[in-house]
Amino acid sequence: MSKINVVARTGNEAMAEAMRQINPDVVAAYPITPATEIVQIFASYVADGLVDTEFVPVESEHSAMSACIGSSAAGGRTMTGTSSQGLALMAEILYVASGLRLPIVLAEVNRALSSPINIHCDHSDTMMVRDAGWIQIFSENAQEAYDNMVQAVKIAETAALPTMVTTDGFIISHGMERIEIFEDKDVKDFVGPKKLGQYLLNLEKPITLGALDLQDYYFEHRRQLAEAMIDSKNIILDVAKTFKDKFGRAYGLFESYKLDDADRAIVVMGSTAGTAKVVADGLRAKGIKAGVLKLRVFRPFPKAEVAEALKNIKAVAVMDRSDTISGHEGPLALEVKAALFDSNIKKEVPDYIFGLGGREVRLEDIESVYKDLGDIIDGKSKDRVTYLGVRE
Amino acid sequence: MAEKIQKQGWKSLPKGDVIEGGGTAREFRTGDWRSERPVHIPEKCIHCLTCWIYCPDSAIVTKNGKFVAFDYKYCKGCGICAHECPVKGKAIKMVSEKEAKKNEKICQK
Amino acid sequence: MKNLIEIRWHGRGGQGAKTAALLLGDAALAKGLYIQAFPEYGPERMGAPVASFNRISPKPILLHSGVTNPDVVVVLDPTLIESVNVTEGMNENGILIVNTERAPKEVKSDCGVKGDIKVFTVDASGISKDCIGKDIPNTPMLGALVKATGILDFKEMLEDTKHKLEKKFKSKPEVIEGNLKAIERAFNEVKS
Repeated sequence: MSKINVVARTGNEAMAEAMRQINPDVVAAYPITPATEIVQIFASYVADGLVDTEFVPVESEHSAMSACIGSSAAGGRTMTGTSSQGLALMAEILYVASGLRLPIVLAEVNRALSSPINIHCDHSDTMMVRDAGWIQIFSENAQEAYDNMVQAVKIAETAALPTMVTTDGFIISHGMERIEIFEDKDVKDFVGPKKLGQYLLNLEKPITLGALDLQDYYFEHRRQLAEAMIDSKNIILDVAKTFKDKFGRAYGLFESYKLDDADRAIVVMGSTAGTAKVVADGLRAKGIKAGVLKLRVFRPFPKAEVAEALKNIKAVAVMDRSDTISGHEGPLALEVKAALFDSNIKKEVPDYIFGLGGREVRLEDIESVYKDLGDIIDGKSKDRVTYLGVRE
Repeated sequence: MAEKIQKQGWKSLPKGDVIEGGGTAREFRTGDWRSERPVHIPEKCIHCLTCWIYCPDSAIVTKNGKFVAFDYKYCKGCGICAHECPVKGKAIKMVSEKEAKKNEKICQK
Repeated sequence: MKNLIEIRWHGRGGQGAKTAALLLGDAALAKGLYIQAFPEYGPERMGAPVASFNRISPKPILLHSGVTNPDVVVVLDPTLIESVNVTEGMNENGILIVNTERAPKEVKSDCGVKGDIKVFTVDASGISKDCIGKDIPNTPMLGALVKATGILDFKEMLEDTKHKLEKKFKSKPEVIEGNLKAIERAFNEVKS
């Protein structure tokens, strides 16, 4: 087992630390709150000669992702970081990265989208690009942000899919916590040298990349991308297993917190999962069998696995930190309901849209969700969608 | 006519919009859709190779510093060579394909 | 130490409320405790009321909501008491530590501090001016907090803070010296 060092780090510092240990060939980035620190700290590593990385300061996120694509296509291990409007500006190029199957790793700090302008946490930005063909991994805390970054490189390069690791803006990005970091050499060993498949700078085996695909080939390439996303589920699990063997911490597609005997459960992503666990523990002390399903991997969505984990639970609620603005539920609830439906599980699944723009989610808010689930168990029906913590 | 190739399905197609191998443009017969072709007039040609410099498709064949022929497999018939030819009265003239192919069979294969 | 201690720091932008929370978090971590240290991010400008928070626990901390019911509140600037409800949400047996020359009794009666909240005061600004030459009350308040709460061993905390300051002020040894002296004086001079 690897030696560990216990340190106090913010989520951003933890992600930058992982990037230093990974020592990518190229980082191209543009600063944006609250992700600025990640690349700012990393740039200081470059300036101090602690990494061998070529740092490309660009003039926008659109350019950042474009430069990442150039670097990754050439064969370089490539990383970047962004948030909110930055991710939105990258959106066009995110699709190019996945279409070209480039294993770029992006540290994404979840933040609301304008307007109104707001710098605080919600998941609108990440959810906006949920169909961009990127693997999306959510982190509950700074430790997971670090662990997920280390795993993401391996996942991305094995699956040949770009991968974003997210943390919650300010709550995790700027909150200092106790985390365990590994020795540089152990991270280096774990990540390994970049496996070069086909790359542009390989003069032995020249390739053309990104040729025009019309009616005759585009469909086949998109079908390949879909298949790669399906296959990446097992890759993510394999990497998690290797990670556990080497570093001791277990990861899956999601975490089942006290679900085994639960009669009510909340499905949630990110930092709120921790708070929900505290609430569940409090309810269990009163004899109420509460549990939490903390989704780690939103893309690929572990449909059958989520349905299996929830099938015996009497009442399930979803908490969405973004809205589809479709007049119906948020993106996570849509996925969970589709998963249950496809597994022939008929349940009322109320959705709670919460925490938009960094709105505080209090213990009482989560308690009220569990209370609603209690009502459902007692045969009462609940609203399909509730905006939790909004002023009427 | 370009050879008809069997298009691959998603399972066998190289992944990620990659075309394997170099110089694949060679297989792309851009001469197929020409409407006019350049015709060489040897008695006027001074072998300055201005046409060779300007041809965007490298369709001017030369040997020992002299003009030999047009490569009609790739020549798109853009006419730049004829336009740039510095010889008074021009050593290259553009002729319609219809005219040029008048004596050929409709389908050569 | 009980399971989880929650601390709220009140200050004005520039007084070091965030740094104080980070230093305390670091010192508690060095003791083998689990920690959180995070500021409240509102509009940032010098002099505006700001808050920062700590959670310290012998067990892993899963909570990621804001601190609404602090066990300890530290007020870096006494003028804040007029504009901010510094005891908001405080637990009944909470500890309130204020940077002021006044006596704890006066703070308790003048500010209408309710219940069994224990009030401590220390002239951290005065100490800071004496030791550091500037009114930077955050580090002396750290000393007062350790005395008032007993959550950390004073010597260990001082040692850890020294390490942290040495990293931050490599080229200014007098700043390190002054800060450590200020922490020690506040530890000794805090009144209850």
